[in-house]
Amino acid sequence: MTNEFLPPGLALQKADEKIMTLNVGPQHPGSGHMRIIVQIDGDYIVACDPDPGYVHRGEEKMAEYRNYITNIPHLERPVIHDSCNVLYPYVLGVEDLLGIEVTERAKYVRVICSELNRCIYTMYWLAIYGIFLGHSTMFMWPAGDRELLIDLMEKISGARVTHAHFVPGGVRNDLPPNFEEVCLRQVNYFEKRIREYAAVFYDNPILISRTQDTGVLSREDAIRLGVTGSVLRASGVDYDLRKKEPYDVYEELDVHSNVMKEGDSYARSKIPWLDMLESCNIIKQALEKMPKSGSVRVKLKPNPKGKGLNSVYKRVESGRGSLGCHIVSDGKVEPYRLKLSVGSFRNLIALPYLLKGEKLGNMPSVYWSLNYWPVEADR
Amino acid sequence: MMSSTNTEQITIEEKPAEEKPAEEKPAAKPAAKPAAKPAAKPAAKPAAKPAAKPAAKPVELPEFEKNISDKIVEKFGDKIVVSFVKENRVGINVDKENVHDVARFIRDELNYDHVESVSGVDYPQDKEIEVVYHIGSYSDPSLASQLIVLATRAEREENPIPGKDATRLPTLRDIFYSVEFHEREVFEMFGVYFTGHPDNRRLLLPEDWADLPPLRKDFAIKGR
Repeated sequence: MTNEFLPPGLALQKADEKIMTLNVGPQHPGSGHMRIIVQIDGDYIVACDPDPGYVHRGEEKMAEYRNYITNIPHLERPVIHDSCNVLYPYVLGVEDLLGIEVTERAKYVRVICSELNRCIYTMYWLAIYGIFLGHSTMFMWPAGDRELLIDLMEKISGARVTHAHFVPGGVRNDLPPNFEEVCLRQVNYFEKRIREYAAVFYDNPILISRTQDTGVLSREDAIRLGVTGSVLRASGVDYDLRKKEPYDVYEELDVHSNVMKEGDSYARSKIPWLDMLESCNIIKQALEKMPKSGSVRVKLKPNPKGKGLNSVYKRVESGRGSLGCHIVSDGKVEPYRLKLSVGSFRNLIALPYLLKGEKLGNMPSVYWSLNYWPVEADR
Repeated sequence: MMSSTNTEQITIEEKPAEEKPAEEKPAAKPAAKPAAKPAAKPAAKPAAKPAAKPAAKPVELPEFEKNISDKIVEKFGDKIVVSFVKENRVGINVDKENVHDVARFIRDELNYDHVESVSGVDYPQDKEIEVVYHIGSYSDPSLASQLIVLATRAEREENPIPGKDATRLPTLRDIFYSVEFHEREVFEMFGVYFTGHPDNRRLLLPEDWADLPPLRKDFAIKGR
């Protein structure tokens, strides 16, 4: 390709005595695995150009070369902390293509796993948000407390991260004996712990002064930019797929979606925390309603095939918002095309918009409040 | 103390979406029932089967989705093809001359407001690349679970020079702002140039990438 399609920063730029171009990242603690090219006038950002792609792994291309089962372990790699939710739309889509009906107990196990994973991911995200703002207690606490839930996932799947637990037809293994009791105990304690975060973080005047009224995204702009998940709900749009397009057994559970009207960094940082409290609530409901015994996996024939040229688009609410999987099948054992439409990539469009006119010092707090996971955005 | 501080900020908005799933659910259920019966009455069985099938057929097409597709068909007639109507999804195929008008109609008249996903699909045997837009709505609660799957096709050149050859489509960025990065991704991964897109640069690929657009079918992974 010729020069005109190159990202800026590599092409020569016009010099200006007032405006300075600054590359933040790709190896910068304030950017994650991506580069943010900002142009600053004094202390104020006049333009911002995100340059993702440093952790692009070609998941979509790889998926075209592997069959529907061997795709499972590598498709969860974009977000290993949220691996169940990343696999969820893929598994739902393959079940739709193959015409498999999943048992009731398997659906409940999936919901529990996906809510546990949402908390595990959000704790990690929160830890990094803490360290971005120089609040090291908020790094240590979530990093320690998420071990509670990681232990639970380890009991379920055998792995601390990258569980590869969801398979078309249900889940890989049944819950271990006595799991309900242990899970309830851990989740109750976890809930008690994260409620304490309010005093040290969310009610902290330093956090509030740094995040309130910075990077405000109005309701209209949130809709126009098509952002998703906590970013959307922080701008006053009540849209949670667990309620709006319930999959598996979310219909039978009482899900409350958290919405705030402010649309600033503070609201965006608080919604995921409120979601964790809601997840604890959902897990407890699911543990109660789950059938106590029964099969959790429908056995498939080896090398399942789709039926003719067919396409399916399934989406779930992940830790970072709506996560869609578009699978095109041509009747072979591999998908013809697999596209992951991920929340991080969709939220990235808001970054240049929010940073314009913001102080450079607010960049990390605005950037990470977008609930952005660079690896997921790149796929 | 802390739970009281956050409850005042949590608000639950628009309830009406609740009725949606209830009306769609019955469509899937009746088809499964007759097959489960064991063949106890062989004489009655064949008679019952054909009767049950046509009755189930009209229920199969969900009414709400059918309504949406009818509105588009009414407006554009034979310029579009309805590829499928299933639960929560309406598939529309349109050629590249009309994709702009159809998208504008979907936004202005049908209340859809954002694009969730733009995926390219390469069909080398047809010498075409399909670009599929999944369009959803945040502002209209009755459409919350709905997606319009708008597909259009661009000409595919054997030896692509991305940005300089005939593999072009009109951009939808002026209609749906949210396609901006998605279309940039399709451009670098498939070489489909979006005419009218203000920022047709690469996004994810390395700067020195000088090979085929990598998600095309003729770009093969080594060792596979």
